[in-house]
Amino acid sequence: MTLSAQARTSGASRVLELRIRNDVNEIEGVVDLVRRECEALQYGRRQLMLNVPVALTEALSNAILRGNGEDPTKSVRVHARVDALALVVEVIDEGAGFDLAACLCDPTTPDRLNGEDGRGLFLMQKLMDRVERFDGRTGNTVRLTLRRES
Amino acid sequence: MSFSIKKQDGVVVVEVDGQLIVGNRQELKQKMLEELEKGGRKFLIDFAKTGYIDSSGLGVLVSLSKKIREAGGELRLANLNDDLKTLFELTKLDTLFQIAETRERALQSF
Repeated sequence: MTLSAQARTSGASRVLELRIRNDVNEIEGVVDLVRRECEALQYGRRQLMLNVPVALTEALSNAILRGNGEDPTKSVRVHARVDALALVVEVIDEGAGFDLAACLCDPTTPDRLNGEDGRGLFLMQKLMDRVERFDGRTGNTVRLTLRRES
Repeated sequence: MSFSIKKQDGVVVVEVDGQLIVGNRQELKQKMLEELEKGGRKFLIDFAKTGYIDSSGLGVLVSLSKKIREAGGELRLANLNDDLKTLFELTKLDTLFQIAETRERALQSF
């Protein structure tokens, strides 16, 4: 159950602000909301079916499982701004943050291909135009940016 | 996600309906391992009704592939749409799995 949700129009942008329980079962609902906003602005089919759902799922999953350490007392905030130029989503957890560059690895090398983990950040980078991590005002923030293709 | 398991031509056919992601991939793994325990050795996962897969879902497929192979079995994947194919190509998992265009071709390949 989403703890709080707000959607508003700001100029030519749609802005979503959500706070969800620290539970992986919350992920699909968030993805659907963001995807619908992108669909309303006629983002490309592949962006709606692949780039947005997979990259956002990865970011949320990392926030819930790693950033918040699966702690059910914590929450994850999502701030998404969608307009005709780009989608910018920030996923904010209550964790200590991490070194994005240090955590990036190539899971396609022969020694890693058979691994069961290590593809999340890789997919985020491949499917989004930009992935950033920083310590925001209110927590560890991962920002995903995707330029709209029609 | 929901999935169905049935036997067809001696093959355990699993259909994944919906997303295969962090919240539900353990259920798929558990059910398939149960079939392996019961003696199933030929497995086909049909993605015709699958939306998207995240890295956890891909990880479960890799894990299942290993376990099935260790038990002397075989795993095929079928009916990946273009977006799922892209996912497998990006991660080079298309080189790890035997992927067929259709269920029929996958069944014939055993």
